[in-house]
Amino acid sequence: MSMAGRMPEPYGQGGGANLADILERVLDKGIVIAGDIRINLLDIELLTIKLRLIVASVDKAKEMGIDWWEDDPALSTRARRDELTRENAELRERLARLEPDRAKLEPDREKKEQEESG
Amino acid sequence: MTGLRYVYAVCHPLGAPLQAQLTGVAGAPAKLLNHHGLIAVVSHVPEGDFAEEALHAHLEDLDWLTDTARAHQGVIDALTVVTTPLPLRLGTVFRDDSGVRVMMEEREADFRRTLDRLAGRVEWGVKVYAEAEPEKAAARPAAKAASGRDYLMQRRQQARATDDLWQKAEEFASRLHDTLSAFAEDARLHAPQNPALSGASGRNVLNAAYLVPREGSEEFVELVDRTKDDVPGLRVELTGPWAAYSFAGDTGAGA
Repeated sequence: MSMAGRMPEPYGQGGGANLADILERVLDKGIVIAGDIRINLLDIELLTIKLRLIVASVDKAKEMGIDWWEDDPALSTRARRDELTRENAELRERLARLEPDRAKLEPDREKKEQEESG
Repeated sequence: MTGLRYVYAVCHPLGAPLQAQLTGVAGAPAKLLNHHGLIAVVSHVPEGDFAEEALHAHLEDLDWLTDTARAHQGVIDALTVVTTPLPLRLGTVFRDDSGVRVMMEEREADFRRTLDRLAGRVEWGVKVYAEAEPEKAAARPAAKAASGRDYLMQRRQQARATDDLWQKAEEFASRLHDTLSAFAEDARLHAPQNPALSGASGRNVLNAAYLVPREGSEEFVELVDRTKDDVPGLRVELTGPWAAYSFAGDTGAGA
């Protein structure tokens, strides 16, 4: 999908690696150390679990046209912050019009594409 | 001092210099922090993005997560070329260098033990996809059922063909896994991947990681290559060499 294809591979050896390969390793594998910044590891685990659950039911989800990371409260507080997000998106759009270079940094555009294609 | 410290990995002192201009997650260069003969690979990250609240919000943004994960992996990958790094999980952040040093001190025995266990080894990822499904679905409307009974019979035949494929895929995957596990020092089975993230076609029926000595890697790759055309409709994908992500956490905190 567009997310995976958007960027050139940043490294040469793991040429066949896709986004899922990278995420499953950097999020779910490797050594866990509690840093000074207490990110809620539980949330990362939720996210990883979510990625896993989706694996089992992705066909069903697709059938139902679910944009899975968008409307999942476990993955995204966006569901709860809907209004703020919409306002944010509006501001981003305005900003993008003013500053064309920033347009590619705008995450919401991608998601809209996702919604349209899914 | 402004900024926080993001830690990518812990490793032994490098035998070769780190790739010049290696940039980390927030665009700042990755640096080596030596503490009692162990190296923490760190970079400065802005507090605005990596303090608790901001980081939390970012982690829920798949685009930010994607960029950060790729940058994190870029550093780990560069390290893997010159040493055996212990990769830390994404988002390990400290206030300053001394916070990193305290952590290094507390975990020193763990780190050394795990580094010894993994020294000179890399991880290879092997996935198997069953690709025949879309063709079957496409073939369905071609034969129009004359009656309800014909329809049911067709449905049953389709189901049987699909079952055959899955059975074949499963057998192939488990045979491949046995062969590769016998060659590798260690193996891990991971959950199948989500096509929305991987962008891969077909259904992922095997997603495994194998711990292989560097010098055995060529042979391992050949071993995988030899299986590639074994069964029509099945596709084998190899990724790596990775840092030993899937094998680094084993003797983690408790050991």
